[in-house]
Amino acid sequence: MIDTRAIRHLGLTVLLLASTTAPGFAYTAYVSNEKGNSVSVIDTDTMATVATIKTGERPRGIEASRDGKFVFVAAGDDNTIQIIDTATRKIVGELPSGPDPEQFALDPAGKFVYVANEDDAAVTVIDLETRKAVAKVPVGVEPEGIAVSPDGKFAVCTSETTSMAHFIDTADRKVVANVLLGSRPRAAAFKADGSELWITSEVGGGLSIVDPATHTVKTVVHFEIPGLRSEKIQPVGINITHDGKYGFIHLGPSNRVAVVDGTTHQVVKYLLVGQRVWHGAFTPDGKYLLAANGLSNDVSVIDVAGLKVIKSIQVGELPWGIAMGPK
Amino acid sequence: MGRHTALHQSLRNLPQRCLRPMAVLCLAAMACATVGWTGASSAADTQHIKIGYLHGPLSKEKISLIDIPAPNEGLAGAQLAIDDNNTTGRFLGQQFELIDSEIKAGDDPAAAVNALADQGAAFIATSLPAAQLLKAADAGKARGEILINGGAPDERLREQDCRANVIHVAPTRYMLADGLAQYLIVKKWRRWFLVSGSHETDKLFAEALRHAATRFGAKIVAEKEFKDTGGARRTDSGIAEVQRQMIDLTQDAPDYDVLVAADESEVFAGYLPYRTWLPRPVAGSAGLVPTSWNAAFDQWGALQLQNRFKKKFQRFMTPLDMQIWTAVRIVGEAASHANTSDAAKLFAYIKSPDFSIAAFKGQKLTLRDWNLQLRQPILLFDGRNTVSISPQEGFLHQVSELDTLGLDRPETKCKLQ
Repeated sequence: MIDTRAIRHLGLTVLLLASTTAPGFAYTAYVSNEKGNSVSVIDTDTMATVATIKTGERPRGIEASRDGKFVFVAAGDDNTIQIIDTATRKIVGELPSGPDPEQFALDPAGKFVYVANEDDAAVTVIDLETRKAVAKVPVGVEPEGIAVSPDGKFAVCTSETTSMAHFIDTADRKVVANVLLGSRPRAAAFKADGSELWITSEVGGGLSIVDPATHTVKTVVHFEIPGLRSEKIQPVGINITHDGKYGFIHLGPSNRVAVVDGTTHQVVKYLLVGQRVWHGAFTPDGKYLLAANGLSNDVSVIDVAGLKVIKSIQVGELPWGIAMGPK
Repeated sequence: MGRHTALHQSLRNLPQRCLRPMAVLCLAAMACATVGWTGASSAADTQHIKIGYLHGPLSKEKISLIDIPAPNEGLAGAQLAIDDNNTTGRFLGQQFELIDSEIKAGDDPAAAVNALADQGAAFIATSLPAAQLLKAADAGKARGEILINGGAPDERLREQDCRANVIHVAPTRYMLADGLAQYLIVKKWRRWFLVSGSHETDKLFAEALRHAATRFGAKIVAEKEFKDTGGARRTDSGIAEVQRQMIDLTQDAPDYDVLVAADESEVFAGYLPYRTWLPRPVAGSAGLVPTSWNAAFDQWGALQLQNRFKKKFQRFMTPLDMQIWTAVRIVGEAASHANTSDAAKLFAYIKSPDFSIAAFKGQKLTLRDWNLQLRQPILLFDGRNTVSISPQEGFLHQVSELDTLGLDRPETKCKLQ
C-alpha cells in the first residue's frame, strides 16, 4: 500500500509551501479516525499532525462548538457523543446522543445539537447548555446526514433506506416536509445564504440541489469520471464555500473530490485525493479545504482558490470527519 | 404529481386536522406548502399495497446444528422489509401489508397464488423450489401476479424456463460459483479437486463450478462423487466415522490447491474442512462459501440492517432473510418513486432503467433486463467473517462488473414472455 500519489503530493507541496504559503493562519483541525478510535489534531500552519486524542469506539461525526472551546465527536459503538476540551485536549464529558450516533449538526446559535440515530429511525435533539436530550423526532429508516438551515428554523435529516430528506421545524420539533431523493442519501449542506440545500446520494450516485422553500429537487448533478465505473463514484461529504461559488463533493471510493459550480451546478473539476474520501472542512479563512481519506489514512489539503491538492497529511487509522477550531 | 395536488385539495377540506400545525407553520409562510406532505399519511386516500410471501417448509437437514433454520427464516426478512417500507410509506401516504402463505413440498401452488390474488396481493415474494416456482408463475400470469424469487438459485428459471412475470433476487448457482472462482484465481489457487454430491441440486452446483473454472482459467484436476446412501445427519458415534470417511474420500486425488465441494443437500461438505488427506483449504458448499449475505457482514451500512433485524427477531439474519427482505423492499422502493399502488405501473417502473435498489452492497443493484435477475456482488464467507467480496478487482466488463458473475446477455437463452 505504498501511496505514490501521496509522495508525489509531498514533493509538490514542499515547493508550493515554500513559494506561496505565508505563515500566520492559526487554526486547528480535528480529524476523527473511525478505526483508530482517536482524533488527530492538525496544526494548519505547519499542516502536520501535532497530537492524537484517544476517544470511544468508532468515532465518526465531529463538530466544534461555536466558541471553539469544545469539539464534539460521535463514538457510535459507545452510543455517545464525547466532548473534548480543545485547551487541554482531554475528554471532559458526554452528550446523551441516543444509540449509534454518526452524523450530527449544531444550530447556528450553538445551543442545540441534532443527532441522527441510525438504528432508531429518529433524530435526537440535545440542549448543549444542560447537556440533556430534549426531544426525539421520528424520521425515516436509517437517518444519516443532518444539517441546520442558516436561519436556524429547520433541521434537515436524510434517511438512507427511506431515501428522503426530512425537514424538521426546530421550534415545533416535528417533521413538516419530506423530499424524495436518489438511493442512500448521505450528507446534507445548506448554502450560507440558505437559498439551496445540497444532498448527496451515495448509491444513487448524484447530488440533489433542493429548494428549501418549496421542498423540491431543482436539479440533480451527476458525476462521471473517465475510466471509472459509475459504481465507484459514491458521493458523501459536502463543503460549500461561504460565498456559494463552489461546492466540494467528496466522492468516496473514486478517490476524487468534485468541484461543483455553485451557480450553474456544473462540475468544474475533479481533484485526485486519497482513497475513499469521506468528509472535509474548510479552514475558517476559507483558503484551504481538508478532506479525510478513509482508506489511505491521510488528509488531503486542497487549495480552494487554485482548486488543487497541495498536500497530504498522515493521520490515524480510517479518518472519517473533520472539524475546525481556533489554535 | 397529480396525487399530491389532490392531497392538497383534500387537506384543504380538512382544516381541523391542519389547524394547529398551520398556525405554527404559517409564521414561516414558505412552510405552508409542506402541510400536504405531512398530512399525507393520515389522509383518506392512503395507498394500500399488499405483498404475499409464498414459501415451502424449511429444510431441517443440516450438518451443523448451528445451521438449522429458525421457524421464521425468510418470513422475518419479509416482515422487516414491510416495517421499512411502512416507515417510508408514512411520509408518502403508502401502507404495506404482508400476507404469509405456506405450502407443502411438492404441492401445486396454484390455489395459494389465487388466494393471494383474491386478497389483493399483486406482488408475491417466494421461496420455492424451481418446479413449484414455475407452476406458481404460470398460475399467477392470468391474474397479473408478479413473483419475486428470493429462494431458487436455478439457472433454468433465468434461462430456458424464464418467465416475464418473475423477478429474481436470489443469486444463481453460476453467480455464486463465479464469485468464488474469481477469488480463487486471485489467490492463484488454480488446481481444483471437485467433490460433488449425488442429488440433482448438487450436480447443478457442480456444473456451475465447472463452468466457472473454464470461464476464469482454473483446472479441475480430479472429480469425485459422494453418494448419499441415506441415514441421519448425526449419530452418537458420528465424529469418528466421518473422520475416516473424509480421509478415504480425498486421499487418492492428484495434488491440488483447493478442494471445491458441491453439496447443496448438506450430506458431506460440512465434514471436509480439516479432515482432507492433504492439508488443503475447502471452498464451495463448506469452508469458503459464496453467499448473498451473512450475519457478520457490516460494510456499507449493513451493520444498521443487522442491528435492526436482531433487535426485532433476537437472532442473526441469514441469506434467505436478506433475499426476501430485498424482494419486499423492491416493491416499496418502486412505490415511493413511482408514487402509485397500481401493480402494473409498479412493475413497469421496476423494469425501467430508472430502477435500482440499495441493499447494503456498496453500489446500486439493478435488474438484468433480459431475464429480470438482480445484479449483485457475492460475499465469500468463512463461517465467521466475510473473507472477500466479488467481483474481484481486475475482472472487467463493458456494461457492469457485476455481469462478470453469472451468465451474461450474449449467452442467455431467455426470451421473456
